[in-house]
Amino acid sequence: MIWWNYSFPFSEPSADGPLFAHANEQSLKSGTTVDQCFEFMREVSARFPFKVLMMGYYNTAFKMGEERFVQRLKDAGGVGYILPDLPVEESANLHQLSEKAGIEPIILMTPTSSDKRLAQLGALSRGMVYVVARKGVTGSKTKMGDDVLALIERCRQHTNMPIGVGFGISGKEDMDFLRGSADLAIVGTAALKTWQESGAPGLKKFFAALMA
Amino acid sequence: MSWDRACCARRLGKRKVIAETGAGQHGFATATMAARFGFDCKIYMGAVDVARQRPNVFWMENLGAEVIAVQDGQKTLKDAINECMRDWVTNMEDTHYILGTACGPHPFPEMVSWFQSIIGLEAREQMLTQTGRLPDRVYACVGGGSNAMGIFQGFFDDDVELIGVEAGGLGVGTYMHGARLAYDDASVGVAQGYKTYFLQNDDGNMNETHSVAAGLDYIGINPIFSHLWEQGKVRFEAATDEEVKETLKLTMRTEGLIPALESTHAFVTALKEAPTMAKDEIILINQSGRGDKDIFTIADALDDAKWKSFVEGKSDQYRAERG
Repeated sequence: MIWWNYSFPFSEPSADGPLFAHANEQSLKSGTTVDQCFEFMREVSARFPFKVLMMGYYNTAFKMGEERFVQRLKDAGGVGYILPDLPVEESANLHQLSEKAGIEPIILMTPTSSDKRLAQLGALSRGMVYVVARKGVTGSKTKMGDDVLALIERCRQHTNMPIGVGFGISGKEDMDFLRGSADLAIVGTAALKTWQESGAPGLKKFFAALMA
Repeated sequence: MSWDRACCARRLGKRKVIAETGAGQHGFATATMAARFGFDCKIYMGAVDVARQRPNVFWMENLGAEVIAVQDGQKTLKDAINECMRDWVTNMEDTHYILGTACGPHPFPEMVSWFQSIIGLEAREQMLTQTGRLPDRVYACVGGGSNAMGIFQGFFDDDVELIGVEAGGLGVGTYMHGARLAYDDASVGVAQGYKTYFLQNDDGNMNETHSVAAGLDYIGINPIFSHLWEQGKVRFEAATDEEVKETLKLTMRTEGLIPALESTHAFVTALKEAPTMAKDEIILINQSGRGDKDIFTIADALDDAKWKSFVEGKSDQYRAERG
């Protein structure tokens, strides 16, 4: 099963490490608009079999209006969204609209979430759950160890949704480590880095190696 | 405020403190506190602000703080806040984020406002002691809003007009300013963990801001202020860079005061409106910072030949010493 998280650029990407922060900035500087993002999403979802998620920051949805956001996402062939800066306490309306439209709000569970919090998050989870492998922002390497497995186990107790693990997943070794424990591995910065260093051919090789 | 925050950090058992700073005032205060309390201290400051507020950077570093010049985005206050949030989510175990701007995620806007309220409580008491009555108007500059929230809180329950003065930058219609409420360019958004009026485009991405004063050069405003403004309880005006420079000359010559460029914004509007007030009305202006830190910017604005030759002389000396 393959999902594609498509990052819509935002000017204040405070959950992102240097590489993605810079990518957001470069994208906006070169004039990327939300319209273009949805258009690209539509083209990709029409052409490829994988599920497409919007990933970004809440202001993108808030500014166009939550209802319109969900509708546009649906029209573009997206199946859900990940908005790491939207706390569940503030998301009732958006989740309701999403439910009606069949769009999945992807919830994040983190190492600092208490069991009480995980239960609350688990009850609201739809589609999949994004488990953040470590504290911090995107990009830095996560040392895959027992604590990551324990975190996944802890999250599992609160949701029946497939679990994706992200933040610092950099290659096949990490994928192998997570196999049997997580359902999905979420690779962002490592792919972006490969793209920057060796372009499309490099990225193709990178993904082939991951999936081997 | 930094003393209160030191107590928070100690109570939470944290040994490291981080803070964002625009003009360098909050960073300076945090570095001072950290030196006294023995905390490791890291100050995030936009690279543009590091360049224009060197005197404060010098003191922070000599107080033992590490000053990190943030190279992202516009390289100003908002980018320093983003970088602090990144540091904090990574190192929260041993690190306390001393957010100084009265913005950011809950509970920071309230927390910063509360700690700053000492300014208003003291000002109110001093005014009553010295004049026997309350001021008619209170003026304060507003970047994120911490000093203004501080002084205004002393007068929320009184019949006193409160005026916040934002950065007019290059003026109305230039889109090069930091006036969220005084001008018509901002709209409601959610960023950096809070909801308020932001200077942003239709996609919800932030616009470039500008002010001669680093501490007012910011996209958003304390959300409590947005609420009070919508209720008509606080009035917002803007002062342009040009007005600030002229007013600073005036306060230096006529009052012997050297307010910071930020605080001078409050003086601009107060002096502009004073002639429309009755002779016996009382004006209270919050001089939230001194202008010593702005010596380079002010010398440039005044085109001060003696200062320039002094700096040239110094630079020749350093070059000669380096061989």
